[in-house]
Amino acid sequence: MGMTELGMPIRRDGGDVGTVQKIAPKPVRLVLNWGRRYSLWVFNFGLACCAIEFIAASMARHDFIRFGVIPFAPGPRQADLMVVSGTVTDKMAPAIRRLYEQMPDPKYVISFGACSNSGGPYWDSYSVTKGVDHVVPVDVYVPGCPPRPEALLQGILMLQEKIADEHLGDRYTTTEQASGAELSRPLIKP
Amino acid sequence: MHKNSEVRECERGRPPNPAVGTHLVPSGWGGGGRYVGRVEDFLSPYIVAAVVGLVGVAIVAVAYGANRLLAPRRPTREKVLTYESGVDPVGAGWAQVHVRYYVYAFLYVVFAVDVVYLFPWATVFADPGFGMVTLVEMFVFLGFLAVGIIYAVKRGVLTWG
Repeated sequence: MGMTELGMPIRRDGGDVGTVQKIAPKPVRLVLNWGRRYSLWVFNFGLACCAIEFIAASMARHDFIRFGVIPFAPGPRQADLMVVSGTVTDKMAPAIRRLYEQMPDPKYVISFGACSNSGGPYWDSYSVTKGVDHVVPVDVYVPGCPPRPEALLQGILMLQEKIADEHLGDRYTTTEQASGAELSRPLIKP
Repeated sequence: MHKNSEVRECERGRPPNPAVGTHLVPSGWGGGGRYVGRVEDFLSPYIVAAVVGLVGVAIVAVAYGANRLLAPRRPTREKVLTYESGVDPVGAGWAQVHVRYYVYAFLYVVFAVDVVYLFPWATVFADPGFGMVTLVEMFVFLGFLAVGIIYAVKRGVLTWG
């Protein structure tokens, strides 16, 4: 019954990174990553009903501030994490791309809900983008229609594990494209 | 203690007694036997200001330096674009509002600001210690605003259709 262990594809953003970050030994990187994973200023790209679930996750009952996710970013320029919650339309897609680009690096994206994962129930619509990963790189996909707030909490924990293992020096200095093997997965046995 | 007494003596216009101190001729004695004060006494308050200034500069330097050494850099065209919630920026960052909109600002002051004052006033004006003076003062204030409303009515701002 255990989940199939699948490695996450490594993100490659290009650009450059500070010298100390590049040569930091593992213990220093642990501290730096620790600081980054528990101060995720989040920017809610609420597009549909999933945004209500996101808001519920930020409120007192589910309270993701206890994980260090801070929902008070005044805009993308002050945010580390973008949660795309809701139906991405082709008309909204350029705005998502632009706001993602306006976020300071290092940045992360959680795709929240079936619509932003893959188009969801609007998979055959003329106007809906079939997943936000067509326009921005996504770190964690949260399934559900809509997912419960607990699912977002799980997604946040997964993202934090990912940040803990991250090597910013590799992420921001490698310009080579990800290989097809990293992006495709074998069929998962039920 | 010695320094303080020396300063007080100086303020009274009398030189301190050189025999009291550990040295016979204090450094504050200028030419001609006149006491002019010590340079370090004069500047000592500024040392605090200088240290605070240096600490401030150091904090900024450390913050920027750490950012330079740790942060990734990936300059893109979008990052320097004006933030307009993701839509295309219209015009430049500097925009002027047509002067005819002053009427709205004016009506805002007349109606909204007076309510801001009226609500707290309404909760206290009947309390002991306020009374008639408070009542009259508020109506004087409302009288001033009424002039504004009359002006707006005369300009035809409050008529629709």
